[in-house]
Amino acid sequence: MNDKAKLKRQIYELDFAFYELVLFLDSHPANRRAMELMREYREKREKLIKEYEERFGKYIVTLKDVPMSDSWQWLDSPWPWDTDFMEG
Amino acid sequence: MWQYEKKLQYPVKIKNPNPKYAQIIITQYGGPDGEASAALRYLTQRYSQPYNEVKGMLTDIGTEELAHMEMICAMVHQLTRNLTPEQIAESGFAPYFVDHTNGVYPIAASGMPWTATYIQAKGDAITDLHEDLAAEQKARVTYDNLLRLIDDPDIIEPLKFLRAREVVHYQRFGEALRLTTDRLDCKNFYAFNPGFDKLRGKKRG
Repeated sequence: MNDKAKLKRQIYELDFAFYELVLFLDSHPANRRAMELMREYREKREKLIKEYEERFGKYIVTLKDVPMSDSWQWLDSPWPWDTDFMEG
Repeated sequence: MWQYEKKLQYPVKIKNPNPKYAQIIITQYGGPDGEASAALRYLTQRYSQPYNEVKGMLTDIGTEELAHMEMICAMVHQLTRNLTPEQIAESGFAPYFVDHTNGVYPIAASGMPWTATYIQAKGDAITDLHEDLAAEQKARVTYDNLLRLIDDPDIIEPLKFLRAREVVHYQRFGEALRLTTDRLDCKNFYAFNPGFDKLRGKKRG
């Protein structure tokens, strides 16, 4: 696993933790500890994305992340079902 | 509406293609207790649910099931790449191959194509939530069975992740059922038609 794959994996772990809290909050909407954790994970994720962009260029995961430039960068990275997705 | 995220919820990277495994794993795409059934079941049942917590849960779990469907498809895709005609013939993959080549088509392990008869939207909050609880257990058992038959760690890790999600979803749906029954009339012992009853969640005079 290269550095890019390691960093992506860390971001995805936080995405997962965030999503797990979404489901928990659906049935516990008044749980303040869960809201606190959600804020903490969001901040950690933002930091990791900043680090990713400093080292590897724009972090593109949704269509809204694609920068307006000379070419359509949505197509530049491997697809999630490709075996080189994490490294690419 | 939905927004695509160009990633898997849990990464899938399988070094060794194996069409035998692909033929059993595909059931979690297009089989009775697979991820396509789960996603459509929950996203379809949302509309008749009376309570916000349950509408939110069906939306968010239904969305996650779409991501699980994508993981299963990625596994089937990677397990069936670069096959020789000999491997196709020897592994029993030929009947699938003649119809779909290397495409990923929603069928059960038995070859039966996906059908909407696997799911129900009864329009009754209690009835639908019981189906959802059973569905999570059925999917969990299917993952247990796959894990009994597969010995490649590249496949076992994502399958273990997906199995754990069934357990968490079962937990959340249990809470949804409790939230719903807590708001029923206390004299409604058998929890009849709370989705249809205009007095749902309110005390009768």
